[in-house]
Amino acid sequence: MKSKSSVWLAIAMLASLFAGCSSTGSKDDPGASIEDRGAAGAYTSGASQGGTWSGNPLDNPNSPLYTKTIYFDFDQSTIRSDFIDVLRAHAAYINSNRSATVLIEGHADERGSREYNIGLGERRANAIRNFLEAEGVADTQINTISYGEERPAALGHDEVSLSENRRGVLVY
Amino acid sequence: MKRFFYLVLLLGLSLHGHASSLTIEITQGAEGALPIAVVPFAWRGDGAAAPPQDVGEIVAADLRRSGRFKPLANNQMLSRPTRGEEVDFRDWRALNVENLVIGDISPNGPGGYLVKFYLYDVYRGEQVTGYSMPTTATDLRATAHHIADVIYETLTGQPGAFATRIAYVTSTRSGTGKDAKERVELRIADADGYGPQTILSSQDPIMSPAWSPDGRRIAYVSFEKAQPSIWVQEVFTGQREKIASFKGINGAPAWSPDGRFLALTLSKDGNPDIFVMDMARRSLRPLTRHPAIDTEPAWAPDGKSLVFTSDRGGAPQIYRVSANGGEASRVTFEGPYNARASYAPNGRLLTMVTRVDGQYRIATLDLESRGFRVMSTGRLDESPSFAPNGSMIIYATRVNDKGVLAAVSTDGRVQQRLRLQEGDVREPVWSPYLQNERNR
Repeated sequence: MKSKSSVWLAIAMLASLFAGCSSTGSKDDPGASIEDRGAAGAYTSGASQGGTWSGNPLDNPNSPLYTKTIYFDFDQSTIRSDFIDVLRAHAAYINSNRSATVLIEGHADERGSREYNIGLGERRANAIRNFLEAEGVADTQINTISYGEERPAALGHDEVSLSENRRGVLVY
Repeated sequence: MKRFFYLVLLLGLSLHGHASSLTIEITQGAEGALPIAVVPFAWRGDGAAAPPQDVGEIVAADLRRSGRFKPLANNQMLSRPTRGEEVDFRDWRALNVENLVIGDISPNGPGGYLVKFYLYDVYRGEQVTGYSMPTTATDLRATAHHIADVIYETLTGQPGAFATRIAYVTSTRSGTGKDAKERVELRIADADGYGPQTILSSQDPIMSPAWSPDGRRIAYVSFEKAQPSIWVQEVFTGQREKIASFKGINGAPAWSPDGRFLALTLSKDGNPDIFVMDMARRSLRPLTRHPAIDTEPAWAPDGKSLVFTSDRGGAPQIYRVSANGGEASRVTFEGPYNARASYAPNGRLLTMVTRVDGQYRIATLDLESRGFRVMSTGRLDESPSFAPNGSMIIYATRVNDKGVLAAVSTDGRVQQRLRLQEGDVREPVWSPYLQNERNR
């Protein structure tokens, strides 16, 4: 099947693209470890073949694609420099997989009014959308939704929890 | 003077469905509250089972909650009259009680009751008013709230708002990790927190409930099917209709005072702007056009203008725009963050969320004197909403990391907390005066 082979082509491309930088992708940023909690199963079930990831590249813990959560600074919607490589990897993945669609969720922390935070979450989702589109992704492959502060990832109210909640999430 | 009225209650909302009830604690009392005594109402049922509600106790609790009255404890009463001829004003003058309420309840046909009460001026030694109210077991609490409304209005000159309701959103989480679940519910309860009933239950967020001016419908935002949409639901029948589900944000519904229009926030054109929907035609017209976030519209009581939140100046502040559109003018200049404003019924005061030293609190702004006043002391207070008589502001706060409802009297003297047994409670909105309750 054509779509299947293009997926494999994408995997091969990405594997070579990020072979050098995979160690800097998900391990170094604190955000990825939060995602790892929920997706711990993917770690153990994925089998590697002679150093090549054989499962879905989105599930490869050594790929920057594994990181699907992008964090933002307080009241900000600009893409932080530490997430540029991650988003470029996602753009490359979507570009090489024309049947893929991604839903970008925008989230805010709990401070401030709820409807304003819906607006802020949308701004963050759009910042990610604009980045992907600048990397050549077709807008038909991107959907966005803002959950504002309604869907926190962390339930605490300390600064660490708040920073984990100011995020954009890529859902394939 | 001896007045005797009949008041017919047509309150139809039956309180089925069980849900945990709220308890109220007054966290800051008022000095200078008016001493009043509400004697326990007599039951004239000749051995039949007593009514399910202690009407006198509900009346006293309402009056106490308002902050304007200080009801005498039952165990301090020197006598407990239940008929006019049993009243000895000296018993009450001795306790410095200025006003006295007595009453009784008698059977009134199958399942019915007749509640009578009399309000006395202790120092003048005369009756001020008296009512007789036919009611039923399910409406007894409502009848008690109406009695409190009558007493409040008679003695303060301002309508009471005890026989009103609040709508709010609750969130209950269960499980952890992958089994974590959230149940979000839109609920309605009496203004004193009793009789909560769920009118919508969802696994997805519910936001921004807004009462229609006649109190019969509630607009809200629901994220069911991963799409934020604005719905309008009939409070009494539960019937609902999806009225806005455009691409992007569909949020912040706000009814015009005449109920003909709904202001709302849509981002279908690229960023959040405020639109006005004609509810009869379902036609939309844009009210604001700005690349900033414009949201949280609220109508002035005269319907001629709206306030809204915008960060067009760099941070969220309150702006005002004519209901016909045009240039918006900035309203708030106090502090770095002001959002979610709404008007007091008299149109002179705004209440809003403000940031003070990094804390989010409830504030009021007097539009004439420009007096800006922080009314709450929490860390994450939000969603302030005036009672329909303007006497209180209800809002959401956090206590021990749990969302609870709180209220503050508009003069700032009385603080109280409404505590739900489980789950987080948020986004309270006070109902308007409900139909059939002002037909006196």
